[in-house]
Amino acid sequence: MKTLTFLARQAPFGSSSAKACLDMVLASAVFEQQVNYVFLDDGVWQLVRGHAPDGIGAKNTLAALQALELYGVDNVYALDESMTERQLTQAHLQIPVRLCTPAELGAMINASDVVTAL
Amino acid sequence: MIISVMVTGTPASQQSAQSALSFCAAALGDGHSIYRVFFYEDAVLIGSSLTVTPQDERNLNAAWSEFIQQHQLDAVICVASALKRGILDAGEAVRYQKPAANLAAGFDISGLGQWVDACLNSDRVVSFGA
Repeated sequence: MKTLTFLARQAPFGSSSAKACLDMVLASAVFEQQVNYVFLDDGVWQLVRGHAPDGIGAKNTLAALQALELYGVDNVYALDESMTERQLTQAHLQIPVRLCTPAELGAMINASDVVTAL
Repeated sequence: MIISVMVTGTPASQQSAQSALSFCAAALGDGHSIYRVFFYEDAVLIGSSLTVTPQDERNLNAAWSEFIQQHQLDAVICVASALKRGILDAGEAVRYQKPAANLAAGFDISGLGQWVDACLNSDRVVSFGA
C-alpha cells in the first residue's frame, strides 16, 4: 500500500480541477491505497455546503464529498490558515474535516509516496 | 529508477506537455525507465492527430506521438477527459456514433485506474500541471 496525498487548491466551479482531484481520490480509494485529501488555498471553498451551481450550468460534483467515508477516505484535511483567511469555520462545511497547520501539511507531504496537486 | 509522469496542462497554450517531453527524454537518457505517461484533463488534447501548427513552430502532438513509438512507452489518455474533449479512438468513435476517430499513434485510451497502477509500480511520479 502506498500513501497518496491530494492537494485540492482551486475554487470549486471556475474550472474542472475540483472534480478532477475528487475523481483521482476516489480511484485511489477503490485501489485501497492510503489517501490524504487536503483542501487548501481557494480549494477550501470546495468544502462549503449549500453550493447551487445549476444557475451557472454546472453540476454539483462536490455532493460526492459525502461519499468519501463510504470509500474509506477518512483522512480529509483543510489547511487552517486557508480557512481563516476566508473567514470559514467547520460550521460552513458539508463534511467534517481535520484542520492542519502548514507544518503538519509539510510533514504529511514528506511521509507520502505520491503527491498530486490539482 | 522507475518513473511515471502525469501531464494535466493543455498542450497548445501551456508549457507542461513540452516540459514533460523534455523530462522523459532526459530521464531515459540518464538510464531511468518510464513505467507510464498519463495524460489527464486538458492534456489529453496531446492525443489528437489533427493538430496543425505553423511551419516555424514545433508540432508537439506529433513529437509526443513519435517519442512514444520510438521508445515504446506506455502512454495513456484518460477516457473521461478524452471523450469530453473530442479525443476518440476507433472503438469509442463507433460506440458513440461519431463521424471520425482522431487518436494519434502510440496512445491508448484508458481509465484513472491506470494512473493509480502507475503510482503503485513507480519509484517516482512526476506531475506537469496546468
